[in-house]
Amino acid sequence: MSGADTQVQPRRSGLTRRQKRALSRGVQYAVFIAAVALFAATADWARLKNQFAQWDLVQQMFPDVITLALKNTVLYTMSGFVVGLVLGMVIALMRLSPVGPYRWVAGIYIEIFRGLPALLIFVFVGVAVPLAFPGTEIPGGTYGKVALALGLVSAAYMAETIRAGIQAVPKGQMEAARSLGFSHARAMVSIVIPQAFRIVIPPLTNELVLLFKDSSLVLFLGVTLEERELTKFGRDLASQTANSTPILVAGLCYLLVTVPLGFVVRRLEAKAGEATR
Amino acid sequence: MSASGTPEIQVRDLHKSFGDNEVLRGIDLEIRQGEVVCVIGPSGSGKSTLLRCVNLLEEPTKGQVFVGGTEVTDPDVDIDAVRRRIGMVFQQFNLFPHLSVTENLTLPQRRVLRRDKAEAARIAAANLDRVGLAEKADAYPSSLSGGQQQRVAIARALAMGPEVMLFDEPTSALDPELVGDVLAVMRMLADEGMTMMVVTHEMTFAREVADRVVFMDGGVIVEDGTPAQVIGAPSHERTRHFLSRLLDPAMADVEEEAPDAAEKGS
Repeated sequence: MSGADTQVQPRRSGLTRRQKRALSRGVQYAVFIAAVALFAATADWARLKNQFAQWDLVQQMFPDVITLALKNTVLYTMSGFVVGLVLGMVIALMRLSPVGPYRWVAGIYIEIFRGLPALLIFVFVGVAVPLAFPGTEIPGGTYGKVALALGLVSAAYMAETIRAGIQAVPKGQMEAARSLGFSHARAMVSIVIPQAFRIVIPPLTNELVLLFKDSSLVLFLGVTLEERELTKFGRDLASQTANSTPILVAGLCYLLVTVPLGFVVRRLEAKAGEATR
Repeated sequence: MSASGTPEIQVRDLHKSFGDNEVLRGIDLEIRQGEVVCVIGPSGSGKSTLLRCVNLLEEPTKGQVFVGGTEVTDPDVDIDAVRRRIGMVFQQFNLFPHLSVTENLTLPQRRVLRRDKAEAARIAAANLDRVGLAEKADAYPSSLSGGQQQRVAIARALAMGPEVMLFDEPTSALDPELVGDVLAVMRMLADEGMTMMVVTHEMTFAREVADRVVFMDGGVIVEDGTPAQVIGAPSHERTRHFLSRLLDPAMADVEEEAPDAAEKGS
């Protein structure tokens, strides 16, 4: 009889489930409000305003921050993306090749360039290549170097994305094309790859956002005044003026592009989700 | 309408294995020009594999296949050229989803047969009309019903001007009420004298349209004859058993492995 009693769940408190839930919510709000209040009370607002919101400095940055810095950032990103896309496509096809050595080379490439920090690749392209092969000149100066460095890094990721996209196209598509008399190569180009690209547009756009941020690494190549992009531009001005406002402005310029792009990616992903028959 | 003449499709001692699994164990089959042959049999009997060996979507392990006098299994054959003469219709339709209905018909003509734009469009329109889907020319496959997609797939194969048509369970993925439209198109093709090899479970179609019915089981042809012989009065126990289960699935008994519960099938 006492055994039956112990089987009943003991009541730990007098609260109902709803009351407990309300209490838990209340505590979470209280902690949040306390944290905000603590920050507001202890922060040195005058100093922060002085550091981050110097209006005359903001004015001084325009229009160069857009016409030069943002323009260069976009240019570096796009050229890196194009190189990466072409190279990534080739590597993806090599990875799917029936010829063993092609698969191995592609696999090794992907493992190496996915495993190395982007910064190391930039240093490699900027310093090691000119030293190792004296006399070789990467065409396009800094722009060429950045396109190459960003392209090398992103190609590894894009190759894996594109390969997954190609493999996601149902096998029946290739069979239908072959049964109509398409050669393997022509079926790939006309039927499979166009469908694969629709599948990989959202992840590729995501890759574009990552590249956009990585383009800041150009800082380590040593650039002329005309070649500066957002991060370098902001940092230079910040150290000249011993003020952080330029950093804030440069950051906002990045967000100006990455936030809408992120929105586009989510839209594309939602659409792709609907479209799958 | 059994036509006479040279065999359009000829299969000699065909074997096919997937690893240790021997799916085809020596198939010999001839299909004359204009003949409609239905291949029936339980799942796993190798009937789809046989069909896919005819246009070399599956590579046979051993044996020969001839289509229109050309050896398909010759390692040096121009397989793309051979396949142009063989239309194929799949269970899952396999329309190209990124192309409109018309583009599904014109792209293969233009890329493979090098027809010019106007001619490809004309032939596409004519074949869509044949399958009764002229008004869907600009639609995309995803907006069509299964039956409509399958008819477009048939029109796509016909637009290439094939001498032979292969059908791999063309109605198995369709809702029952949509099967009739597809069978009507196939019946029309048969009446026009197309050489057809059809893997199917539609016994009514086989009985009414086929010139010959081939029953396969366990990777071999068990019975081969007119519909009246094979479906009407099967001479083999395995055929009777299969047909009784197909015609009246609800009557099947839970059985061990010995197939003697199907005495009454006829």
